[in-house]
Amino acid sequence: MSQVLQRTSATGTRATRVIGATSILVMAWVVVSGLLLTPQDVVQGESVRIMYVHVPSAWIAYLAFIFTAVASASWLISKKHSMGFDRFAGASAEVGVMFMAITLVTGSLWGRLTWGEFWQWDPRLTTTAFLFVTYIGYLAVRRLEGSVEQRARRSAVVAMLAVLEIPLVHFSVVLWRSLHQGATVLNPNGDVKMDDLMLFTLFSGVVGFTLVFIWLVLHRQRTMLLVDLANNQGLDSAIVARRAEGSAN
Amino acid sequence: MKNISGTKVAKGKVVSAVLLKDLRIELRSRVVTNQVLPFAGLVMVMFAFALDNDDVLERVAAGLIWLATLFSLFMIVQRSFAIDTADGALDSLRVAGIDLAAVFFGKAIALALKLIALEVVLICGAVLLYRVDLSANGLVLLVTCVLCATSGLAFVGTLYGGLTAGAKGRETLLPLLLLPVVAPVLIAATRATEAAFGSGGAQTSEGWAWIGLLTVFAAVFGVGGSLAFGSLIDE
Amino acid sequence: MIVNFSDVVIVYDNFPALAGASFEIASGEIVLLQGPNGAGKTTLLRACAGLLPIARGTATVLGCDLSVERSAVRTKVGLLGHANGLFQDLTVAENMSFWSRLIGASDRDVETAMQIMGLSDRLSAIRVANLSAGQRRRCALATLIVRRAQLWLLDEPHAGLDSQGRDELDKTLRSAREAGATVVFASHEIDRAQNLATRFLNVVGGVVTAS
Repeated sequence: MSQVLQRTSATGTRATRVIGATSILVMAWVVVSGLLLTPQDVVQGESVRIMYVHVPSAWIAYLAFIFTAVASASWLISKKHSMGFDRFAGASAEVGVMFMAITLVTGSLWGRLTWGEFWQWDPRLTTTAFLFVTYIGYLAVRRLEGSVEQRARRSAVVAMLAVLEIPLVHFSVVLWRSLHQGATVLNPNGDVKMDDLMLFTLFSGVVGFTLVFIWLVLHRQRTMLLVDLANNQGLDSAIVARRAEGSAN
Repeated sequence: MKNISGTKVAKGKVVSAVLLKDLRIELRSRVVTNQVLPFAGLVMVMFAFALDNDDVLERVAAGLIWLATLFSLFMIVQRSFAIDTADGALDSLRVAGIDLAAVFFGKAIALALKLIALEVVLICGAVLLYRVDLSANGLVLLVTCVLCATSGLAFVGTLYGGLTAGAKGRETLLPLLLLPVVAPVLIAATRATEAAFGSGGAQTSEGWAWIGLLTVFAAVFGVGGSLAFGSLIDE
Repeated sequence: MIVNFSDVVIVYDNFPALAGASFEIASGEIVLLQGPNGAGKTTLLRACAGLLPIARGTATVLGCDLSVERSAVRTKVGLLGHANGLFQDLTVAENMSFWSRLIGASDRDVETAMQIMGLSDRLSAIRVANLSAGQRRRCALATLIVRRAQLWLLDEPHAGLDSQGRDELDKTLRSAREAGATVVFASHEIDRAQNLATRFLNVVGGVVTAS
């Protein structure tokens, strides 16, 4: 590979290293405080500690999809159709799907401990599960064959449609539960009496996870850029090879 | 759109040309009547085998009708676009610069008509197989529900069918994309149909709330689809 | 110049199907694209129709800059690729009327086009699925005539036609030219094509050279 690639072969910069180091420190604090320093809950006991992972990852998952939607809209609206928007949309969705999986797994484990069930047909849970599947579909659309522009246009449109779809899904599930099940599901966060340290740990978790999210998206976006660059470089040599076909005959 | 000689072709003409083309091909090939319809009927019978209880069947009849409709939707959508991609006709439409929003509506209306034919048979099947009762009020609600739900399904189906038309692995990608999106239709149409059937003591009046949701869904994807369809099938 | 390509690169899945093609085509020409299979002839025709994104270089067709706006050119060109763009379950007449409705052509345009392509009343009532390859080709060409395209882009138009059909096709292309159209086509029928064409372009390895 030629020089342009070598110059950019690392995806780290000073900024990402600072973000990475900070997030390690914050996450270390969250682990220590969440597992050792914070008290157990009166009702939930030790299981309340799942909250320090579950709530931040849910927040990140939703943040990621909002970010994907904004980046997709920017791509559609901008005159230049800069591929940077598309890469950010894709990177954010990938990271978002991962955090959504963490949210669903930790959520159902927590649910087993507090409700006695892995799953409740609670509107929030159900919508989250649908969001998860929808964005797995979004990632599948990104992998469809075609040119870079085609990928960007298709996936931006699908991301916009998902923005239309999710409120409809959420509203219909809310309406469904409200008509058919009187009892409301326990709200796991509302039941916890939080002292200052718990609140601070939760807040640190949100900050730490957000830093991890930013770090992951930046790196993922840059690896995507490198793939595009490599393809472009490959294109130069491919063009030479293609032109040589003529003289070979 | 302007044609070569500079005269303007009305959108309605494109819509009707595409609509008539799709319906005429269905009348000739009878894929929906000879393949999809028997499939949907089989699904209904298989549910009866699996659930094996008359009371349960009557209770869940509405859900089974709409589930069978959704499964059939995938097949009808795929067939609808296979017609256009088999000999590159979709390509030709794009090359000719035909108004793709009009193509979207033409295909969506054709799809809706096929779905309605299917749903009517499924509902009759439910009345016979699952011994569902239907009052006059219930019938009005049911007809409204079928119309609203079908419009929504047709718009979404055409939109995502266009996206996956010609793509590798479209048979598996289409359900993955479409199922989460049509979840509100499944919920709303099932509840409205339950109200119409009076399943589990549901009142007819309860059903009308769901019609609103179905209408919003159809409107959102009708507008969204007409805007997005062109850029989804373009290269 | 109604077609002007300058160092155009077109990429399919990282493969440069056109690798810096430069050529010009003037109005009223009948241009034959020669070259081995996989040399880029089909890609070149599809690019002229505004179907493919231009990765590098500039391409202008009928006054439309393809690197900026590809859709504007589409109403002005007619592309006939390997596929015919017909509906198998419809008759010839139904296929023709579908297209004429889409573009607002009159019944007389359709009749004329079908006459030119030798689609008799007997043929027009037959479903496309039951036609021979040559008859399908003629039907597809008739849709192009109805559309009155200014630039005809034809990929192997002679393929599948019998010798009478080929004569008819050549006659059609010449009369289209007299009516002001420009024709670009690829063909393996070298003798016939060279007879028909006013100019040849060689396409090899994704580049175009004059012959």
